[in-house]
Amino acid sequence: MQLFLGIIFSLGIQVSGILSLKSQYDGDQVLHIVPKTLQQVHYLQHLCSSLLLDLWKPLVPEDIRTGEDLHMRVPAPLVQEVKDSLDQHLISYEVLIHDVQALVDQSMPRVGSSHRQVPEGYNYTQYHPMEEIYQWMTEVEESNSELVTQHYLGETSENQTMYYLQISQPSNKSKKIIWMDCGIHAREWISPAFCQWFVKEILQNYKSDPQISRFLQNLDLYILPVLNVDGYIYSWEKERLWRKNRSPYMNATCYGTDLNRNFNSSWGSIGVSYNCSSEIFCGSGPESEPETRAVAQFIERKKEDILCYLTMHSYGQYILTPYGSTTEPPSNNEELMQVAEKAATALMGKYGTSYQVGATSLILYSNSGSSRDWAHMIGIPFSYTFELRDKGTHGFLLPSDQIEPTCEETMLAVMTIIDYVDQKYFPSGGVILTSGSLGLSLCLSVVFTWTVF
Amino acid sequence: MEPPPPCSAAGRAAALAAACINYRRGGPSRGLELRAVTAAATQDIDNVGRKYHLKLVLEDILEKDNVVNCTAEILYHLGNKNAAPDVDFTIEGELKNTDEQDNIFYNQIKSLKKELVAQNIPDSHGNVPPEMEPIRLLARVAAGYVAWQNSTENTRYELAQIKDVRQVKRSDDYLEFDYMVLLHEFVSQEIIPWQMRVLWHPQHGVKVTQNSRQPKPAEY
Repeated sequence: MQLFLGIIFSLGIQVSGILSLKSQYDGDQVLHIVPKTLQQVHYLQHLCSSLLLDLWKPLVPEDIRTGEDLHMRVPAPLVQEVKDSLDQHLISYEVLIHDVQALVDQSMPRVGSSHRQVPEGYNYTQYHPMEEIYQWMTEVEESNSELVTQHYLGETSENQTMYYLQISQPSNKSKKIIWMDCGIHAREWISPAFCQWFVKEILQNYKSDPQISRFLQNLDLYILPVLNVDGYIYSWEKERLWRKNRSPYMNATCYGTDLNRNFNSSWGSIGVSYNCSSEIFCGSGPESEPETRAVAQFIERKKEDILCYLTMHSYGQYILTPYGSTTEPPSNNEELMQVAEKAATALMGKYGTSYQVGATSLILYSNSGSSRDWAHMIGIPFSYTFELRDKGTHGFLLPSDQIEPTCEETMLAVMTIIDYVDQKYFPSGGVILTSGSLGLSLCLSVVFTWTVF
Repeated sequence: MEPPPPCSAAGRAAALAAACINYRRGGPSRGLELRAVTAAATQDIDNVGRKYHLKLVLEDILEKDNVVNCTAEILYHLGNKNAAPDVDFTIEGELKNTDEQDNIFYNQIKSLKKELVAQNIPDSHGNVPPEMEPIRLLARVAAGYVAWQNSTENTRYELAQIKDVRQVKRSDDYLEFDYMVLLHEFVSQEIIPWQMRVLWHPQHGVKVTQNSRQPKPAEY
């Protein structure tokens, strides 16, 4: 036992500069292997690197040798997969530690409840680069494995992986889906910040908040924290106000498609440019970009179960309804508007921030190929674009001290929408819903024209 | 007769009105931004252009609870697309007096040993050092002028960032700054580098003596 503890404290616990001391090793196992052949060594090196396993001995994969002890910590969700793989390769192993957390608890008792928390120490009131967001997703899954799973969605033009988080309460019921994506435009940093905040709020409150626990019985939440990974990284490293993705055109003399003009919704018809040098370049064809395809293919597959598609942008303070490509209203326009108005009212209640509500083509500008239009066109009934704070004073460079208030008020709006969808499709009986309209949007009620001859 | 413009054009006109009001009434200690549009109407004037009648609520950037009601009229000219739109406005009530803060800023700059130089305001995380806030507000005022001179019904400009600002040495009482800013155009989503020469004096207000659109830098 003493020897094992020594190993834990000297090698096992990783302290990341960003995240505080990791406290969740539930179900993690430490395997002891002695590789017999060079082939086994190479295989084990590959296994450790590709699954990012925590090597306790030796310290780096390069130092794995035949005939020498290998100790590796395997995270709980990967234990079976790794054991199966070792069996397949006829590599014998021994379980040195069956539950790392149990051992840590014995030596370092945790104060406070054993209620699982989202990664402690992660600062949700600061902007984070992509590396940290990848790390955060892994941490969220590990800390909340009963509720959260991380999934591969696809790859970007520069071969970065796109991951989404699925928040799903285990149950016999088949659930419907709420989808939310952030960061389709690189420079809109408040957007991924909101997705992270949203996940944190759900995970911290799902047991105590009756509204959340009610809808989690019926709905699964799919959250894509950063859709345009390449662009986001580029905005951190090279050009803060970059918008598009990073796919090369014209023999790599020009980069980037506007992913929100690249979906197959009246693609290329209005409000776009066919020139790569433009910020609203719609790409070489609908879904020409790998990021667009990754999202579209997934949503297409699941569309029967998706009730609500939310896409987060900045700035402008709008809740936008379909469509951008035409002023023809969608079939369920009245309901879409009512729910959006309700959401905007809830948002305003927090800090007085006012959002405008309406169709993109009416209150903003015409554009085709947007993800929100596409989602509605393939049959997802509740489809909204949020344009978060502010109205231009800071624009894309929203100060980090506004992250918290922005996220708090936006949370109320998103909760209103999810709650409405939940009550509508999973009514609890005897509940009459009143979603009073606050009056027509400014456009319909006030704008009129006259001519002077 | 052309069909009436969608509401989005009224939103852009309102943003332009706010920019103009900020140009005329703003300064290093006062920034006004659009909080709400309470009424909007358009009027087509044959052979002249299209006029927007607007009722707006503006708020003070530095003190969000300070709001003023305004009415504005914007005429976008039909013929000469290069002509700036005509903008007229009235503000109901008084704006907060900023003489004291203006003088503090003025004396601060006047007492600098070397001419002020700064970059990236705000920085990537949106932060503005407190001593740079007046420099930013001054740029916003000047950008309002640039927006006015270059706006059409289909554009909306916002100041995205100050890339570079250098104080220009002067022998008289005025402060002068040479700004290189990035403007964000809402409809095309373009980021447009723009250079502005800005003169300011606590008693004489802001003047943009020279400005020019700059070419976009080459791709990395």
